Amino acid sequence: MRQMDIRLDELKHLVSDRAIEGETVLLNMGPQHPSTHGVLRLLLELDGERVVNCVPDVGFLHTGIEKNMETKTYEKALVMADRMDYLNNLGNNLCYCLAVEKLVDLDVPERAQVIRVLLTELQRIASHLVFLGTHALDTGAMSVFLYCFREREIILDIFEMCSGGRMMTAFFRPGGLWRDIPEGFEDAVRDFVDIFPRRIDQYEALLTKNPIYLDRTKGIGGISSEDALRWGLTGPNLRAAGVKFDLRKANPYSGYERYDFEIPVGSAGDVYDRYQVRVAELRQSLRIVEQALNNIPGGPVRSGNRKFVPPPRSELGTSMEALIHHFKLWTEGFPAPKGSVFVAVESPRGELGCYLEGDGGPKPYRIHFRTPSFATVQAIPVMAQGYLVADLVAIISSLDAVLGDVDR
Amino acid sequence: MDLLLLLEWSIKSVVIIVIILGGFAYTTLYERRANARIQTRIGPNRAGPWGLLQPIADAIKLIFKEELIPDKSDKVLFVLAPVITVVPALILLAVIPMGPDILGFKLGLADDINVGVLYIMAVASIAVYGIVIAGWASNNKYALLGGLRASAQMVSYELSLGLAFIGPILIANTMNIREIVVAQKGLWYIVLQPLGFLIYFIAAVAEVNRAPFDMPEAEQELIAGYHVEYSGLKFALFFMAEYGKMIVISFIGATLFLGGYWGPFVDQAPLLGPFYLFAKVVILLFVLIWIRATFPRIRYDRLMAFGWKIMLPAALFNVVITAAIVLLVGG
Repeated sequence: MRQMDIRLDELKHLVSDRAIEGETVLLNMGPQHPSTHGVLRLLLELDGERVVNCVPDVGFLHTGIEKNMETKTYEKALVMADRMDYLNNLGNNLCYCLAVEKLVDLDVPERAQVIRVLLTELQRIASHLVFLGTHALDTGAMSVFLYCFREREIILDIFEMCSGGRMMTAFFRPGGLWRDIPEGFEDAVRDFVDIFPRRIDQYEALLTKNPIYLDRTKGIGGISSEDALRWGLTGPNLRAAGVKFDLRKANPYSGYERYDFEIPVGSAGDVYDRYQVRVAELRQSLRIVEQALNNIPGGPVRSGNRKFVPPPRSELGTSMEALIHHFKLWTEGFPAPKGSVFVAVESPRGELGCYLEGDGGPKPYRIHFRTPSFATVQAIPVMAQGYLVADLVAIISSLDAVLGDVDR
Repeated sequence: MDLLLLLEWSIKSVVIIVIILGGFAYTTLYERRANARIQTRIGPNRAGPWGLLQPIADAIKLIFKEELIPDKSDKVLFVLAPVITVVPALILLAVIPMGPDILGFKLGLADDINVGVLYIMAVASIAVYGIVIAGWASNNKYALLGGLRASAQMVSYELSLGLAFIGPILIANTMNIREIVVAQKGLWYIVLQPLGFLIYFIAAVAEVNRAPFDMPEAEQELIAGYHVEYSGLKFALFFMAEYGKMIVISFIGATLFLGGYWGPFVDQAPLLGPFYLFAKVVILLFVLIWIRATFPRIRYDRLMAFGWKIMLPAALFNVVITAAIVLLVGG
């Protein structure tokens, strides 16, 4: 096979003049590189090992999920949302469900709200555990990765218990949940709540005060709060830069205003602060889980509005009306009114927004997701310029971008 | 008589190479199992009892893999590089005394030569060429970065390594490794040279590119560094060199600082000697594995700063103090 020649003049607007003259090296990092977390491609201009320019190139994981969702009815499109940010499946579900519920004005029973919060926070913990593990792995600390995945496994088992799926759960549905939580769920969560604080201490014992780790992360890849806002960073990355903004407090949904938790913030916005903010969030999320667990009310888990929510199977044999509703919902779907809504939730990565436009039919006219990872990836060059390749790896992992979230 | 001597040397050489090759195979298994225990995993346990046949399975896999040589590489150097890397690891053990004389029979190939320590330094330095050449010949930017890192790192840490050797040499007043070991009969040199041992160990870890100093390969940064383009048996040779050198630095550390083959009752039963040496090597290997499982990787520029600004002055200081004390007390 002939080797493909990359013509430098095509890249002229992206790199410095020194690269064109051959003084600096252009290095292609990714899309198949162990530290680009999926399929991020970075075009690096290196002066020795120092990053002069860094051009993120996305699109290698483009799945067409948004477009695909527009060809499905509102209820069926839900399963696609799971697959965007594959570390925050329930959070995606929640965002989409909230948008649909807002569009068609659907009520959600109290019990479903609390379980949603509980599971979303567990999902946040699982996602942060993946962050912590891969981040540690990228700085060379291999064991933390496996410790984190040990705990993530417990959470995934809890999800499997509820929904039958470990990752692609599709457990939240417009109007509530797919079904009620099973027996043994509360015990499983309580076991997790009991052991997890000590496990966080273990991770911290390996990293937080480790001089090598501090050396690798303190003062590396910092971003000021103004820059962070300007580049559209949200979530832990923004909070690490010192901006105290969390949608769960700023614009509460699903009853978050009833829970007592704090928003951890950093100051320097460097890799270490991003790590600390996320570890603190692990503890805060656990607090929310505990509060939710102690206050799960009784009652139904799905809205009683039969125009949007299918009836329980037990009614199908006895009620003609239930049968008709069921048939209509699963063949045609429910129509949504003309109009558009935007709902944003706090995903583990930041502000996850769903723009939903209905045209009166049973399928959405347009769905668009505002995903936090996309903004995160575009800000990599700002943080990486002037640092070493080894720092770049630490920076990318500290941003916790999920490429499935970038390319929908 | 000469023929007999030749025969003896040949047999001993074969034994030493077998120690390294077998040691290499089982160090990989040892590392994987020990790492797995540290990381709450099980590790390879399918091939044979306790996974004991795993190294053989790995070897067969690597032998039968396709050997790729990149189109635009420098082919002669590309093939030569793994050889240059692996040979020093194989021959370094020649100067290590494996045990006391048993009925007049020497355990060790050339452990009595009067420049034993110098031999170690000289041979160990050759390995860096293999890595630099591998990085250059691959015609791959990642490999080149790995090779560059390796050359800088190994050359800087060799200084501290050499200075750490001077402590035992001064105290024993010889470069003959067998005599150094014999001199440690009463007291291991780690007691007299704690700083020297520490410097030796850190520099040796850097010298063999083990975590946390595995910059030249740095999986997460350079993917595999200098050996990114290598596959099949050539890759296995690099792998063998790395693990072989792990074993060798454990042997050298045990010999120069931990009393070599000395241990309780070696006087009465000299056969125990090799077992003590083996046990010390296994413990040192465990420390290497333990470090890898626990520490993050140091950044490359910090590594260089550490080597030149802390290790080298400390090693020089150690040499001066040792020399002064030897002069005052032993003179």
